[in-house]
Amino acid sequence: MRKKKLSHLKEAGIRAFFFTCGVVAVLVLVGIFLTLVLTAVPAFREIKLSEFLLSKAWDPTSPEKAEYGILSMVMSTIMVTGGALLLAVPIGIAVAAYLSDVAHWRVREILKPIVEILAGIPSVVIGFLGIVLIGPALSKIFHTGNGLNAVNGSVLLAIMALPTIISISEDSLNAVPKAYNEASLALGASRWQTLLRVKLPAGLSGIIAAAMLGMGRAIGETMTVLMATGNARAFPHGFLDSVRTMTAGIAIELGEVPYYTTHYYALFAIGLVLFVITFAVNLVADIVLHKYQEREQ
Amino acid sequence: MKRTKIFTALVLALLGLAGIAAAQRAKMIQVKGSDTMVNLVQILAEEYMGKTPGAAIAVLGGGSGTGITGLINQTCDIANSSREWKQKEIDQAWEKGVSPRFFVAAVDGLSIVVNEKNPLEQLTVAQVGALYRGDVKNWKAVGGMEKAVSLYGRQSNSGTYVFMQEFVLGNKNYSADMKEMNGNAQIIEGLIQDEGAVGYVGVGYLHDQDGKIRKGLKVLKISKEPNGTGFLPTDKAAVDSGAYPLSRPLYMATSGKPKSDVAQFLGWIVGPEGQAIVEREGFFIVGEGKYKAANDKNFK
Repeated sequence: MRKKKLSHLKEAGIRAFFFTCGVVAVLVLVGIFLTLVLTAVPAFREIKLSEFLLSKAWDPTSPEKAEYGILSMVMSTIMVTGGALLLAVPIGIAVAAYLSDVAHWRVREILKPIVEILAGIPSVVIGFLGIVLIGPALSKIFHTGNGLNAVNGSVLLAIMALPTIISISEDSLNAVPKAYNEASLALGASRWQTLLRVKLPAGLSGIIAAAMLGMGRAIGETMTVLMATGNARAFPHGFLDSVRTMTAGIAIELGEVPYYTTHYYALFAIGLVLFVITFAVNLVADIVLHKYQEREQ
Repeated sequence: MKRTKIFTALVLALLGLAGIAAAQRAKMIQVKGSDTMVNLVQILAEEYMGKTPGAAIAVLGGGSGTGITGLINQTCDIANSSREWKQKEIDQAWEKGVSPRFFVAAVDGLSIVVNEKNPLEQLTVAQVGALYRGDVKNWKAVGGMEKAVSLYGRQSNSGTYVFMQEFVLGNKNYSADMKEMNGNAQIIEGLIQDEGAVGYVGVGYLHDQDGKIRKGLKVLKISKEPNGTGFLPTDKAAVDSGAYPLSRPLYMATSGKPKSDVAQFLGWIVGPEGQAIVEREGFFIVGEGKYKAANDKNFK
C-alpha cells in the first residue's frame, strides 16, 4: 500500500515540476516584454513618436541637437534581412529538396551533420570571416574601396539563416505523404516534375515557416552585423552603402549610456520594436506551421 | 544511492567553483574603458603582475564611455579614458557617492592616418574637421587626388570620438556617412584596404612589432594654421611642446583616494618602470610638468 502512495506522490511531484517549468517559461517571456515596455515608455515623454519612427537621423550624443530617429536603422535591418533571405531561401530549399529527394543515403548521412555544424558556428567567427574574407572579396567584385556594407551583412546572415531553413524545409518535404509521390510517378510524371509540382507545393507551408524562422534569426543577429557592415548612421541609398542595423545600434550604445536618461529609454524602445517584429514573425511562422500540420491530419 | 552521491558531488563542486570565483573577484582589480589605452594597460598590468606576487588585475575595453559609466556604477576600480570627463558625468558620479580622481598615465598624439596610396602629406586641423563633418566629400577639395573620401571613425562610447568632436569638429555633428568601427585596430585594418580612406587612431597603434609604421598606412602631418609647419604625432618634441595640435593626456580615474593595491599599481604606472613601458608601446611619458604635479596631489 505504501509503495503505491509513494509512487503517486512521485508522479504528482514530477507533474508539478514540469508544470512549474512551463509556467516559468511563460513568465520569463511576459517579464521580458513588460520590462521592455516599462523601460521604453519614459522615452516618449521627451521624444515624439512620429520623430522616433520616421526621422532618419539617430544621434543622441550630438553636441548640436540630440536626434532619436530610427528609420535609417529599421531600413538597414530590412535591407540586410531581405538580402539574406534572397540568398538563403532559394539555396535552402534547393539543398532541402536535394537532401530529401535526390541524395544517396550516404551523402545524406554526411551532409546533414555538416548543415547542423554550420548552425553552431559562433556569430563572432562569422563576423570575423566577413571582415577578413568576404569584405575584401566584395570590394574587388564591386570596385568599392571597402567591403563593409549591406551586401556583406546579407551574405553573412544568409550563412547563419541557411541551416534553419534547410532543416525545417527538409523536415516538411519528408513529411509529404509517400502516397503523393507514388501517385505522381504512377501518373507518368518524372522525378523532377514530381518534386517541383507535387512535393514542393505540398510542403509549402512548412517551407514558408522555415523562411520566417530564418528571417527571425537574421533580424536578431547582432555581433555579425556589428563587425561587418560599417555601422554608418546615414540612411542607406543602396546595398553597397555602409549600414547600421537596430541590433548593432543597441549593442554599440548600451554599454556606456548613463542609466535612466532619455537615451537609455530610447535604446529600450528600439529593443521593443525589435521584440515586436521578431514576435510577429515567429507568430506568423507558428500559425502557418500549425495550419500545415492540421491539414495533413 | 549512487545517483544521489553523484548529484551531491556535483552540487558541492559547483559551490566550490562559485566560492573560488567570488574569492578571486574580491581581490581582483577591475580596469575598464578606453580602447586607445586597452593594449597599453593590459601590458602594464601583465608586467606589474609579473613583478608583484598576489596582484590580480583584469583589464577590459569597451570605450572610454563604458569605463566612465563603470566607475560611476561601481562595477570597476579604475576607469581608463582617452578624454576628460564631461561635467554631466562628474555630477552623476557625485550624486552616486563616487568622487572621481584622475591620474594621467600617458600622453597620446592622436594620429590622422590615410592609406599609403594617398599622395597627401599634410592637413590643417580645420581641414580634418571639414572632412569628418562631411563638408568635404572628395580628396580634391583638400589638395589631394580625385577620389571620394571614405571616413573611418569610432563609436559614441569612444573617448577618441568625443575628443575629436570637441577639438577638431568644433562640437558639430560627425558626417552620417562615417563608418563607426569597433576599435582602433579595426580602423587600421580598414584603412590598409581602402585607398580613399582616412581614420583617427591613438599613436600607439601605428607601429607593428618591429617598431615601424604599419605597412599600408601613411601618417599625416598636422598643422594648426593653413600655411604653418605640420608635425607628425610620432615626433616626441612636437607632442611635448604642444606644437602637435592633437596631443592629449590619457587618464585613469578612481573613486576617491585609491585603495592600497590600486594606489600601488597606479604609482608603478606613473613611476619609471611603467613609463618606460609606455614609451616602448609607442605612447609618450607623463614627464615632469603639470600632469606629474596633478598626479602627485591625487595620490594623497
